[in-house]
Amino acid sequence: MENLNLFIRSIFIDNMVFAYFLGMCSFLAVSKNVKTAFGLGVAVTFVLLIALPVCWCINEYVLVPGALSWLGEEYAETDLSFLGLIMFIAVIAALVQILEMVIEKYSPGLYNSLGIFLPLIAVNCAILGAVLFMQQREFTNAWTATVYGVGSGIGWLLAITCLAAIRERLNVQAVPAPLRGIGITFIITGLMGIAFMSFLGIKL
Amino acid sequence: MNLKKTFLPLFNPLSKDNPVIVQVLGICSALAVTAKMEPALVMTISVTAVLALANVIISLMRNTIPSSIRIIVQLVVVAALVVVVDQVLKAWNYEVSKALSVFIGLIITNCIIMGRLEAFALNNRPWPSFLDGLGNGLGYGIILIIVSFFRELFGSGTLFGCQVFPQWWYDAGYQNNGMMILPPMALIVVACIIWAHRSINKDLQE
Repeated sequence: MENLNLFIRSIFIDNMVFAYFLGMCSFLAVSKNVKTAFGLGVAVTFVLLIALPVCWCINEYVLVPGALSWLGEEYAETDLSFLGLIMFIAVIAALVQILEMVIEKYSPGLYNSLGIFLPLIAVNCAILGAVLFMQQREFTNAWTATVYGVGSGIGWLLAITCLAAIRERLNVQAVPAPLRGIGITFIITGLMGIAFMSFLGIKL
Repeated sequence: MNLKKTFLPLFNPLSKDNPVIVQVLGICSALAVTAKMEPALVMTISVTAVLALANVIISLMRNTIPSSIRIIVQLVVVAALVVVVDQVLKAWNYEVSKALSVFIGLIITNCIIMGRLEAFALNNRPWPSFLDGLGNGLGYGIILIIVSFFRELFGSGTLFGCQVFPQWWYDAGYQNNGMMILPPMALIVVACIIWAHRSINKDLQE
């Protein structure tokens, strides 16, 4: 029950894009058509699904003060928490590299349509952001971390697909010239953010 | 003329080639830390420092990095610099460091940094790269400061935590606009800046 609660919270209430502004760069750049946007959303969700439990284990058994005590008495005092950022980004970069190879082998179509944005998932802040929030909130087990990861991924997928759908319609509208392109996209994202805030009152 | 050319990488990103509103890089942190001016200023300084140093380091190594592993090398250099900034900030001003929470760590994945490393530092000598880093950091900072100025002024009626509007305004019925504190308003303020900027620089319109 607790986990279902967290899952729904991370999709709607703590939405990565609208509540924390994470993953904005690729959110704005890849949202020109729905199909590519959806493909990228699935890829991001997948990376989050794997990255969160892996990073949780690294954090729990290597990084937090005293975590290395399973190695023996003499390591009980070690505090490696300052290495966190480097370890996490390395895990994420490695995962993205593997994902890229898998997609290239099994789904060349998706691989071609994602192009440069596939390797750029490594620097998508939604992923590192989710890992850092996970560390900050001190989840008690790897399962909770996984649920949080999948929820955040689906939230991001939902947001980018909606924006892409709106932008497809927007191509044929008369927008003032200085606002065309990126300006109007910002305003739409802001309005969607306000709409998503209506979920704030929901108590689960 | 020559002097002007040397400093082009420093001044260009301030307006014409601004990283946030023209290149559309580094949006995430630009929006998330701008509810108050103090964190915005700290963020500007941190990003500028990391960007300038990372640009110099990568520029010095540009001939020795094999292109197939350059992303990983860049990430490691940036991550190391960010760890230093994070530790310094924790020691120097713990309150602000708490307020910025994960966003200092997220400087690693700030697209301005990766973007400038890829686009500039890999092909240029250290001194121009340093200027480019400085210029882009400041260009990013200008937007942060403008956005946080409006959000803090209208959202909480303060600037850097000091009350700006006199008390009798509030007694006479003036109210802070709580909407400005909420995250979506940051996007709309940036959109207004883009609108103004592109009305002046017509060649940037799409």
